[in-house]
Amino acid sequence: MMEPVLEVFDVWKSFDELEVLKGVSFEVAEGEVKVIFGPSGSGKSTLLRCINMLDPPHQGDILLRGESLMKKGADLNKFRSKIGMVFQNFNLFAHLKAIDNVAIGPRKVLGFTKEQARERAYSALQLVKMTDRAHHYPAELSGGQQQRVGIARAMAMEPDVILFDEPTSALDPELIGEVLQVMLDIAKRGTTMVVVTHEMGFARAVSNEMIFMDEGVVVERGTPQHFFAGAESARARKEKEVG
Amino acid sequence: MQELQEIIRWIEYIIVNGLPATLLLTALGLGIGLLFGLVLALARVYAPTGIQIMATLYERLFRSIPILVLMFVFAIGLPWVFAFAGVGTNAIFAAVAFSLGLRSSAYQSGIFRSAILSVSPGQLQAARSLGMSEMMANQQIVLPQAFRIAVPAWSNEYAVVIKDTSFALAVGVTEMNKLAFNLYTESPALMMFILVVLTLIYFCFTYPVTKYVGEYMSKRLKRLGLGGG
Repeated sequence: MMEPVLEVFDVWKSFDELEVLKGVSFEVAEGEVKVIFGPSGSGKSTLLRCINMLDPPHQGDILLRGESLMKKGADLNKFRSKIGMVFQNFNLFAHLKAIDNVAIGPRKVLGFTKEQARERAYSALQLVKMTDRAHHYPAELSGGQQQRVGIARAMAMEPDVILFDEPTSALDPELIGEVLQVMLDIAKRGTTMVVVTHEMGFARAVSNEMIFMDEGVVVERGTPQHFFAGAESARARKEKEVG
Repeated sequence: MQELQEIIRWIEYIIVNGLPATLLLTALGLGIGLLFGLVLALARVYAPTGIQIMATLYERLFRSIPILVLMFVFAIGLPWVFAFAGVGTNAIFAAVAFSLGLRSSAYQSGIFRSAILSVSPGQLQAARSLGMSEMMANQQIVLPQAFRIAVPAWSNEYAVVIKDTSFALAVGVTEMNKLAFNLYTESPALMMFILVVLTLIYFCFTYPVTKYVGEYMSKRLKRLGLGGG
């Protein structure tokens, strides 16, 4: 078996008295798509923020290609440059045009020249079909377009894995399709992805494994076939249906 | 006809001899205020508590001293501090510039601080998630947005500083107010008239700037989806 790209091992996280994650573990292999779902407040978003150490866990370990992010003196900036993140609210840089949003990572973090970074950004915008809006500011784009640029921004770093934090939850229903289509496209290209989402259609179509979380623990995990063939627990079924 | 020529002569006299000093004091005051104000704002947002408290005390202090008192303290009380600028009028000029600048910094720090805080936290998170250090994320993402957000309030500060250069007459700097003062001590009967002319000159240098900057920037900020403009 191949070495996993990402290993999450027994991660615990609490805010003050509130325990949000209580020993979550899973691993992601190269090219895999993992979907995490569950009711709101179950700790899914916190888990993603623990994985890239924006909110470091209190206990447990995160390994990227076998190297620990929790080790003392770990170069977190370097690790984060290899872990892409797509946000629910897009969080595009408001003062930069679409192309510069995508180019700034390669330029400033990976040390590309201006031209190299632009080239990299342009091909990432091609992937998400946004080249025609390359010179628009985020506020001039629809939510769906902003999220596609957000995905391009993550892709342009050519990270080992991309984390998606409910990428379509903030979108008007008619804009969800275009974003899911882009996510399908990049999944088919072999991008390693961890996706927190309620989009069961997407989960069924592309995920290798679905992880059902509730109250800070993994309740059930299995293939989409497992969840969609009626073998799942009653709790997961309920969540899948309202999802 | 003769009166019109007289008025034009006054305007010319005030502008030619006084405007350079007024504008230079404004530029120095705003520049010093920008430099110190930025450092204070950054200290108040990012520095450890001890330094934050010192920055806050500085703001309170310089916001509470009347500008005229500050000018007397600097220009007359502490001329040796400003000896680096030369002797006599040069040192006084520098003292006035620093009075305006340090006072302005106490207000500019508030402008920049609230601008920094109004940048959405998601911007910093997105920058960090790309692998930027906190320093780089602030330089590349937070501060450029904060500067844009700060411009309308900053243009008000410009208007305050340019008007307050007029206090410099009290320590003997030949700026526009001082020259108007010279004119109406020569012809006291025309005092009101000369003051109206002086007011109009100040008006020309404040209103169009604040209006243009305000309108241009709120349009631009709207385009960027930043703040209410």
